Formats: sequence, C-alpha cells, structure tokens
Amino acid sequence: MKINLKDLILNTKTLKAGQKILLSGIIYTARDAAHKRIIDILDSGKEVPFNLKNAAIYYCGPTPAKPGNVIGVCGPTTSSRMDVFTPRILKEGVKFLIGKGTRSETVVNSIKETGSVYLVATGGIAALLSKTVKKASLIAFEDLGPEAIYKLEVENMPLIVAIDSLGGDIFRVRSKLLNNSTA
Amino acid sequence: MRKIKSETIIKAIENLCAKANFELPEDVLKSLEQNVALENGIAKDILEEIIENASIAKKEQIPLCQDTGTANFFVKLGHDVALEEDIYNIINNGVSLGYTNNYLRKSIVSDPIERKNTKDNTPANIYIDMVSGDKIEITFLPKGGGSENASTLKMLVPSAGWNGVKEFVLSSVSDKGRNACPPLVIGIGIGGNFASVGLMSKKALLREIGSENKSVFYNKKEKELLSNINKLNIGPMGMGGKTTALAVFIETEPAHIASLPIAVSIQCHSCRRKTIMV
Repeated sequence: MKINLKDLILNTKTLKAGQKILLSGIIYTARDAAHKRIIDILDSGKEVPFNLKNAAIYYCGPTPAKPGNVIGVCGPTTSSRMDVFTPRILKEGVKFLIGKGTRSETVVNSIKETGSVYLVATGGIAALLSKTVKKASLIAFEDLGPEAIYKLEVENMPLIVAIDSLGGDIFRVRSKLLNNSTA
Repeated sequence: MRKIKSETIIKAIENLCAKANFELPEDVLKSLEQNVALENGIAKDILEEIIENASIAKKEQIPLCQDTGTANFFVKLGHDVALEEDIYNIINNGVSLGYTNNYLRKSIVSDPIERKNTKDNTPANIYIDMVSGDKIEITFLPKGGGSENASTLKMLVPSAGWNGVKEFVLSSVSDKGRNACPPLVIGIGIGGNFASVGLMSKKALLREIGSENKSVFYNKKEKELLSNINKLNIGPMGMGGKTTALAVFIETEPAHIASLPIAVSIQCHSCRRKTIMV
C-alpha cells in the first residue's frame, strides 16, 4: 500500500502491525549521537534543528554520497539503542520512528500512549533503499560525520509496520518474543 | 627475501576495501537463494530484497550496507617477505585511502567514551600470523556494529561440556539475534583463553558457507547447532521464519584444565569478506 506521510499524521490508526507499506514524504535521520544532542538541547530549553511535531525520524547514518548521487547508501540501524531516548522524543511530538529490530516494552507503551508508529526497513539493503531517496540535505551536527542529521525526501520507501499506534507488535506476535527478551 | 613495496600493498588494500563492501561473496548469495524457497510471506520478501540489494550494489559499485564496518584484517605474513615499513602502518594507510576514495562510511571513534570520529575509519583491527614463504595473504572482514553488539563471550567451567556450549550459543542467538540482521552467520570459538577465544570466533566467520569442518565431531556439532538455531523462529530480520542462520562455524584451541571459554561472533547476512595474495 502506498502511503504519504502528510496524509497519515492525523490518522496513524489506519496502520496495523504486519502491514507492508511504500512510504513517501519527509524524514529526518538521527541515530545515537544525534539523539543524545537533541535531548541535551531540549533540556537546555533551546531550539532543536527541526520541528519535532509530527516528524518522522529515521535511525540511519548514510555513507558519503558519490559525486552525482543524491545520497550515499542509507539503510536502518538497530533501533533498540535509541530506546533510552525514545519516550522523550515521542512526548515532544515525533510521530513516526523508522529503524530495524525490536523495541523495549517501555517504548511500546510510549508508542501506544502517544498514538505514534514504529516502522521497520530491512537492514543491510542500503543500496536498494538509497534509490528511494529523491532529495537529501544536511541540516545539523555536521561534526558528527555519519551521525549528522539529514532531511530526506523519500518516495515509495519499502517498510513494514512493526509497532502500531495501538501497541500491536510484529516481533511479539510473529516470533513469540518474550516480554523480557529485547536485545 | 622478497621485497614488497608499501605502495603495492596500500593499493591492494584500497581496492580490497571497495570490492569487499560492494560485492557479496558468491557462497553467501547462493545460500540466501537456497533459503528463499523455504520461506513465504514477509520472510521470503526480505530474502528477496537482500538478493536484489546485492545485485544493485555490485552493478553500481556502491556499498551493500551503510555500515561499512570496522576494518578487520587477518594477515598471513610470510617470513621471507621484506617490507619497507611497519605492516600496521601500511594497512592503515590502505584503509584510510580505501574508505575515503570509495565513499565508504567512517565509523570509528578514537575513544570509547569521548567518541570523536577519526574520519578515515582507522585504526583497522589487524591480526597477524607468521607463516613460511614469501607472500602475504590478506583477508578483509568489514563488520557492522549492530551484529557485533550481539556477540557474546563466557568463561564456562569444564563440567558444562558440550551441553553448556550448546545452551550458551542458543541463548545468545535467541536473546540477541533478532536485532543483528538475520539470517546470521555464527562464528564460535571454544577453548583457548579469555583473550584468544573471541579472535577464534571471529576467524570462524571467514569460512565459506557450505564448507565442512575438518573435525568429524565439530562438523556434526555445527550441523546440529544450525538446525537448532533455525527452529528458534527468529527468521529474516527477526520477524519469524525458518532462516535464522545460514551457517555455524566452530574453531577450537586447547584449554586450561580449569577452563572452557566460549565466544559467539554474530555476523549479519551482509557477510562481506574477501582475500587477496600479494
């Protein structure tokens, strides 16, 4: 199913765990170091580099772009490393999280409470995913190198709904993940 | 003595960094293709995406994965080779050029706490074995951080025996495998000591998928573990399925009478490795 992020913001409930989608819209890359900085900025009361309200965050640190290419290759990194930051990020208004792998129970609850959605891309297919990026611009934290924040415009990015706004979790349903086992 | 110019090795390493990151080894691709037939639904779709990705990366000579890894080198250095300088310098120079000129990601921070990027993916992890002859065999294993984080090590006691080893391997994969980009390749080191067992498990990852262990006992154990791991229903990208691992490889070393060290190196499906001779 083709989905445009703009149409989805007010109605995240239409997405169900296990559903395959082709996502189009604006997403922002942020991984470990960028998350830490965003939280520090929020704590200091200053303004973060992009509007978090209804935003989509992609856990990704791309390779440098080859001359002539929009971006380097850009697959998802392991989401669970961001679990410690995620409840705060969602509280600040972020609506969509894109990464790979399982999330903690705290994050699942936080997703439910805020009516947000966690989407997964297949890890290790960064060359394929890079073809869905139509525009890319560096917007903050350049000194972090691959961990800088990029604004990406994606078209038909292949994703799976992993945790829906009601707390449905594909990892817990499909592979009988125990509640205490989230590596 | 055979003299080898630094420049020759640096050039070869520079090229090796690119090729290994752009082209999935044939044995890995073949194994993925074989497993497509066993799966359906999401699991099958994911394996197909991985195969399509390999074809795009090779054709366009771009990285398979954005995590172009820590640069791990396993070197067999012939006694009769005369180098112009320190082998570690030579390899690091090659890595710096290889990662910079080929637009590979620089993923190394100079200090684990301060965390400042070194900006050229050095230093590489370099392991050297001295061998006879006048050649250098260099195997490069770029390894992603996500799968490396899932790797485990434990000092078991001798009474734990094979059952203890098996239990540790299965619990490691079961606890941490989902987030390490399965289908996985599992490298296992058994024996040696705390320092050597991790390296053994890493060297185990260099074996070709489909190759047999030289030991009849461990060959059987590899198959037993693979079968057990594939019953965990972790599946491609952890969303269920029969293909949790493509292979299990075991390396062993003699051990102390009090110890049974075990290490499990978890490798993601992007099992990139390439060997060259200089």
